[in-house]
Amino acid sequence: MRLFSNTKIDFLGSRRLAYWISAAVIIPGMLLEPLLGFNYSVEFTGGTMMQISTVEPADVARMRQALSDNGVSNAEIVQFGSDTEFVIRARVAVEGADADDTQATVDAVTAALDVALGSGEWEVLLAEAVSPKVGGELRQKAFLAILLSFVAVLFYLWYRFEWRFGAAAVAATVHDILATVAFISIARIEVSLFVVGALLSVVGYSLNDTIVIFDRVRENLRRSKREDFVGILNSSINETLPRTALTSGTSFAVLLALATLGGEVVRPFAMVMLFGIVVGTYSSIFIASPVLLAIERRWPGAQVRGIKSAAPGTTSKRKRPQTVS
Amino acid sequence: MILIAVLVLVSVYNLLPRQQTIRVRTETGAMKDTVVTIMPPNKGLDLKGGMHLGLELDESERVSTDRARDIDLALTILRKRIDEFGVAEPLIQKVGDNRIVVELAGIDDPNRAKAIVQQAAFLEFKITDETGALENVLPAMDRVIRRLGLDAGGTSPGVQQPSAVEVLLGGGGTDSAAADSASQDTTGQDTTRVADDLLIGGTLAGLISTSGFVPGEYLVPETAFPRVDSLLRVPDVRRLLPRDLEFRWNFEPTSVGVQSYRFLYVLQKDAIMDGQHLVDAQAGLDQVTNGPIVTFELDRTGGRRFGRLTQAHVGDYMAILLDNRVQGQPPVIQSRIDRRGQITLDGRSITEARDLALTLKAGALPVPLKIVEERQVGASLGEDSKRAGITAGLVGMLLVVVIMISYYRMAGAVAILALGFYLLFTMGGLAAINATLTLPGLAGLVLSIGIAVDANVLIFERIREELALGKTVRLAIDEGFAHAMSAIVDSNVSTILTAMFLFQFGTGPVKGFAVTLIMGILASMVTAIFVTRTFFMIWIDRKPTMITLSI
Repeated sequence: MRLFSNTKIDFLGSRRLAYWISAAVIIPGMLLEPLLGFNYSVEFTGGTMMQISTVEPADVARMRQALSDNGVSNAEIVQFGSDTEFVIRARVAVEGADADDTQATVDAVTAALDVALGSGEWEVLLAEAVSPKVGGELRQKAFLAILLSFVAVLFYLWYRFEWRFGAAAVAATVHDILATVAFISIARIEVSLFVVGALLSVVGYSLNDTIVIFDRVRENLRRSKREDFVGILNSSINETLPRTALTSGTSFAVLLALATLGGEVVRPFAMVMLFGIVVGTYSSIFIASPVLLAIERRWPGAQVRGIKSAAPGTTSKRKRPQTVS
Repeated sequence: MILIAVLVLVSVYNLLPRQQTIRVRTETGAMKDTVVTIMPPNKGLDLKGGMHLGLELDESERVSTDRARDIDLALTILRKRIDEFGVAEPLIQKVGDNRIVVELAGIDDPNRAKAIVQQAAFLEFKITDETGALENVLPAMDRVIRRLGLDAGGTSPGVQQPSAVEVLLGGGGTDSAAADSASQDTTGQDTTRVADDLLIGGTLAGLISTSGFVPGEYLVPETAFPRVDSLLRVPDVRRLLPRDLEFRWNFEPTSVGVQSYRFLYVLQKDAIMDGQHLVDAQAGLDQVTNGPIVTFELDRTGGRRFGRLTQAHVGDYMAILLDNRVQGQPPVIQSRIDRRGQITLDGRSITEARDLALTLKAGALPVPLKIVEERQVGASLGEDSKRAGITAGLVGMLLVVVIMISYYRMAGAVAILALGFYLLFTMGGLAAINATLTLPGLAGLVLSIGIAVDANVLIFERIREELALGKTVRLAIDEGFAHAMSAIVDSNVSTILTAMFLFQFGTGPVKGFAVTLIMGILASMVTAIFVTRTFFMIWIDRKPTMITLSI
């Protein structure tokens, strides 16, 4: 079977359209974010989350009343799947307790549920209690992880290719992060550490995809003397298209399985990744390559021309990394 | 070939189920060694249920002088306690320089586990005051309280008026009457309301009465407990009590008739003995009362000192304090006590006695710990998550198999075979570095199945291109592998870089995800480069005349 083999699509030609599409997704997302905010999990905000299952279908109003009687105000109670499973979130500590003492709030919630549901009539499936201090640390760490991984990748690509490629790849990745963050915000997906993990995986995937195309660009640049840069970019994308389709396809397939069958805990992760794979694939074709072209036009690379004028060389000797002199 | 064989052997060896001996506490409380079979890789709490606690020094009660030392000491003591508690594969480690993380799998009573981890278990024996020091200073204390305006309990002038009347009543009337009036006014557990109502009760003299059983023992209505406690902590009030004496409360309220009282003790500040000389502690039942007790044994030095001091105090009453709360009623010292003694725990269960015995034996925490982070996963949810994760993984893999074989035919089958090796290597690698498989990790594994074929896809596409250029099968394969290599290496290294940052900054489950991802990428590179290639070679060697490749 062959898919997309020997295609000659002018991807670069539609780059203006691609910019508009991306802007149409990202800009409203960015504008909406301050309005919608993020649905941070208690890991990040600090607070107490309890997922419980009850023997009998329970009355949410009664639980809420019992919770506020016990000093746990503004608790969120959400039905989770069936009518005997609930998620309770209390983001602020119980009145009178030290905010960093998570124990007091857990005890208060437990006592309240014993009153509302009767003790022994419910069980804890999942409980998480994080003090605001720990939550703050975690938020900082997650942000740092994303930022530093960017820097590291930029340097690696700089070392292996040259800065133009690195910058274009990072631009495409920033695009993917922004789009995915917009998706998380608009789809009201709870931002847990797991979802941050998904975001970083999207970074990895998007880079992966972009690098495969850039690798071909690098090779074609060395090989051909005649073609202009746009032609090389276009043919590189077209040549790698079957691989792009297949890898995206298999990744999409397993994530679809995870999203539908993997259970409630895995679903947000799988949803973010699914979106990320679509965006990552799109961006390596429609964002990374046009940005590379734009950079190349703005700052014509001596390196690229140097390769063009040099002898093509046997491709098997291509192990040495290209560095900017 | 040899490399593959070695890798397979190592992976299989690491994945073999292994036997581990753990100590389990049976129903009767005896320790028993049990051999359990563990299937590697280790599963995280989110897959098998359990609890994760983040602990920090709680300096609200006792200030640490040397934090680094105290946290290390706490770590050692927690290890001992949890070992005694009998949990399979507990994880107890220091994170950063001020936090301890404890992970306990498969425990059925989280509150009990928390109590064991948190209890400081600081044991002391102190002699009660026999001089009636508190009675002597009570009027003076009340004068100070009135002078400071604390009898109103607050700044509101409205409450001052009635309280003044009550003060007179309380001060003049009998102790019990005042106590009654105070407790009648208060209902419920709401401490702020109790405090408000108690403004009417007023002075300490009205709230504190001698118990008449033991010298230095006083009764305070349970409802007045928070207020009396806070008043006694006021420095100006506290100062009136002789310097070598101190106030201590009983562990729990006691019912006298329909009223609930809290015992207050005035004790000599210097302990005659503390828990550091303790060598053994056992839970049991008192032969007379049938209530739970903890018997303890002291070491030689401790025993000698205890013997000497108890002999000097025969006829006196000795309070037993655990974490600054008096346990049970102080017994009279009838004769010299040497190395053995017992602590009576009225109104508590034998389980609590047993837990106390084990915490005492493990030693006291230098500073109490507070829980700053808690994660608890029910065993049923863990089981569900695991099942869902595996189902999703299998279905996902089936989809990949279908896609690969329908697209690449025979070469696709080779890739699938390589995928089998990939899974084996990944799991074996995870088991070898003793990594824990968490739910995010499982998701990472499933995700990496989708990505693992990428290396193969890159190679196959390349081979197809080379074939299209008219090269021979053998040459096309060689060139395909050679040309695909730079893309494979570059793309995988950048993914590993991001995963490494995730590992560095993530916690618990997410770390598991990063580890699986890194291991998965490494394994996929090894399989694509070595395994797939070897299979291709075998395939070609069998049909040297092959002109068309099923790819």
